[in-house]
Amino acid sequence: MHGLINRSIQCFLGDTYGVALWSRVAVAAGLPPEGFETMLTYEEAVTDRVLDLAAEDLAKPREALLEDLGIYLASLEPLRRLLRFGGVDYADFLHSLDELAERAHLAVPELDLPEVRLIPLGPDRYRLICARRRGYGAVFAGILRAMADDYGALALIDAEEGAEAVGIELLQARFAEGRRFDLAVGRGG
Amino acid sequence: MASRPSTGPVPIPEPGLARLMPMYALLSGGGDILAAGPTLGRICGGLDLPGRRFLDLFEVLRPRPAATMTELLELAARKIVLRFRAQPARQLRGHLVPLAGGQGALVNLSLGISAAEAVRDHGLSHADFAPTDLTVELLYLTEVKSAVMGELRSLNHRLQSARRRAEAQALTDPLTGLANRRAFDAALERAVAGSERGVPFSLLHLDLDRFKQVNDTLGHAAGDHVLAEVARVLRGQVRQNDTVARIGGDEFMAILTGATDASVLGRIGGRIIAGIEQPIEFEGTSCRISGSIGVSRSVVYARPAPKAMIEDADAALYRSKSSGRARVTIDRPDGVAAPPEGPRPADGRSQPGFLVVGAPPSNQFGRE
Repeated sequence: MHGLINRSIQCFLGDTYGVALWSRVAVAAGLPPEGFETMLTYEEAVTDRVLDLAAEDLAKPREALLEDLGIYLASLEPLRRLLRFGGVDYADFLHSLDELAERAHLAVPELDLPEVRLIPLGPDRYRLICARRRGYGAVFAGILRAMADDYGALALIDAEEGAEAVGIELLQARFAEGRRFDLAVGRGG
Repeated sequence: MASRPSTGPVPIPEPGLARLMPMYALLSGGGDILAAGPTLGRICGGLDLPGRRFLDLFEVLRPRPAATMTELLELAARKIVLRFRAQPARQLRGHLVPLAGGQGALVNLSLGISAAEAVRDHGLSHADFAPTDLTVELLYLTEVKSAVMGELRSLNHRLQSARRRAEAQALTDPLTGLANRRAFDAALERAVAGSERGVPFSLLHLDLDRFKQVNDTLGHAAGDHVLAEVARVLRGQVRQNDTVARIGGDEFMAILTGATDASVLGRIGGRIIAGIEQPIEFEGTSCRISGSIGVSRSVVYARPAPKAMIEDADAALYRSKSSGRARVTIDRPDGVAAPPEGPRPADGRSQPGFLVVGAPPSNQFGRE
């Protein structure tokens, strides 16, 4: 797994549950105390071990932990911005998720994000399917929830247990004032 | 090949044109702007564009200047670089197509390479670009690239300081912070090379006396404390650039660059011994040790070699030990190294290999 992903999990655990938790997890997972390097690649199994250990330590279901991870990721300004580049409004953003893996490739060629596919089920109803890896459904549920707030949209997000898929119902595209987004950084406000 | 039916003029209503090309300008045969896209208006600082002469607003820079509509039309199908004449001055990229029947032209402009700046200055959003325009992707890439570069930069910093730490650790005795044997060997090689270029040096070998008793009676912690104190004394008696190393349990070596005068070396050694003979406090107990020193000097060799200088400093050290400890012996390697055993000579000359400096009894210096 790419260091960027591992490092973001490490930051999530440290920022949300305290450095002590991260230290316990790192020791149990056999990692150095400074944890992951963002620009290196690690074995897949390490990531799973870290997540399992953290969930166990926190006595929290793994899925719930992953959903919190998704919310946390979307709250980081650089990542939030990169997600907002996807579209003008929430529906636009949802449709841009198909391109997410390719966008990630443009940024970091060796960053392998899962292929996700948005399937329209009817007006304002969608299903997001995440291929391949265990747990990505929950992470995306968290990201979609946080981004709905960011766009000021009212949406029902439902992580389908065990299916690595997320059900989305967009109730109101402009429910509240979303957070501000400027295409170019450095503009006041 | 079957001939395709001609489509004739394509009737696009004006809002459609603006959506397809948010930075278009429709020019009359005389060169006046008839209509313009909304994004172009914003780039021009919100000016009302229709009715103005296109070439009054924009200066054509490439491929060649154009002052009249006729000259402008000659640039059809070429990549044009233009500059907005008023503030905010901005370079744009353009592309012009003549309309049917010589009835003016359609110009499409883009932000080109300075997109990020223009987007920032004018607060442009997704809606200001056509969905096919990759400007937003360009901005995304610019941003993501600087984020990734930032990560790489900090990774490089971390790796570099880790490397420095590892290098320092590989060359440092962790207990005293002095150079270790490896670093000492390298420094001695350098000093020998330096002596061949005319920079002489001396090698000082210090072995502690009564250190074992401290270690045995007061424990290793006390011993470690004493060693750290000895290191401090040694560093205090040599110059900044001289190498001081701990090469074994209670053995130290110093490379003293430029110091070759026997009486000066005798005084330095004497001060070192006096320094380490000061009682060293450890957890309420006073530790008392001393030390013996042997010195070899590069100037007395025709061709100094590390091995010979170490052996001769060692022999001189044994000489100090065997003749009562707590003293400095300065060696002269003009014979075989003298055996440390045997009675103390009546004077320095009675045993070959030792240099007599100054006052009797010998080449030996005690505390000062």
